Amino acid sequence: MARTIVNVPARAGKGQVIEIKALVGHVMETGFRRTETGALIPRDIIRSFVCRYNGVEVFRADLHPAIAANPLIEFTTIATESGKLDFHWAGDNGFSADDSAPITIE
Amino acid sequence: MRPRALVLPLLFLASGAGADIPLAERRSGYEEMSRETRAMQDDDATNPATLWVLDGASLWESKAGADGKACADCHGDAATRMKGAAARYPRVFEGRLVNLEQRINLCRTAQQKAPAFAYESRELLALSAYLGRQSRGLPIEAATGQDAKPFLESGRAAYYRRQGQLNLACAQCHDERHGGKLAGTPIPQGQATGYPIYRLEWQGLGSLQRRLRNCMIGVRAEPYAYGSPELVELELYLMWRARGMTLETPAVRP
Repeated sequence: MARTIVNVPARAGKGQVIEIKALVGHVMETGFRRTETGALIPRDIIRSFVCRYNGVEVFRADLHPAIAANPLIEFTTIATESGKLDFHWAGDNGFSADDSAPITIE
Repeated sequence: MRPRALVLPLLFLASGAGADIPLAERRSGYEEMSRETRAMQDDDATNPATLWVLDGASLWESKAGADGKACADCHGDAATRMKGAAARYPRVFEGRLVNLEQRINLCRTAQQKAPAFAYESRELLALSAYLGRQSRGLPIEAATGQDAKPFLESGRAAYYRRQGQLNLACAQCHDERHGGKLAGTPIPQGQATGYPIYRLEWQGLGSLQRRLRNCMIGVRAEPYAYGSPELVELELYLMWRARGMTLETPAVRP
């Protein structure tokens, strides 16, 4: 199970633009590198990232081999209602990681 | 008698070759980094080394070895009991100089009766980052007592010793040419204030010894093995050189 760190403001005003940070531990092996003996190291990357706010998708990203290890994704959304943000990462070799964070609207 | 007569003037030259950076003019590599990289280091939510720190926190609590003991069973809460500990390494322990990684492994083999972690293994980096994190913001105070003196002196000698096919000493870049460029990259003073560091070039966390071995390969010298006394002595000299500076562990570097 990969480690994830998500940062969502615990409280926000209704209609406020909030900044969200999502970090996940992953090697992001490009598939272009070779070992000392010339064998190709198979690709092992995260393919997609999705954020849902009370079940509604608010952000999605496709990830590619040129993205660094342990990718950090920062984005913004509008605080609409109290509830939960769910984060989901999926990738090669059946990689899957989930995290969530609560938010309260004042 | 003849060799001795030759050696003396050489020693004299070597000792006068490089002046230490004045204490007030020492700067962490942090100050040379871009605004974005500094922001990445400062916020635990964006510092990728936090992934290792969290691993270290769970290792601290997990039981290991024949005696089924966790670090926390003896040491308790790391946030209070281990505060400042990492800022005092390397230090002399039972007559030999050990760095933080070696001290962790001594605890593992002697107290937990568990096999030592390999150098640069995920576990050892995680625990040393976790312990370092407890001392973040505190001044570095590596061993300077009488018992550490011979180790410090041989570390200092290594720092000023020319080595490798390029025949370069650490001091020639980091004391005399810091602030300049090497192939477009800024040369830092080499103040070891944030190890283990998350280096963007490495795409991962690495120890001070990994950094030192990189430098040795760079000057085309045969690098010392991980955990060798020579590297630990050099670590001690570097921490003494950075004495009083703020520990940034786990730092981010380009």
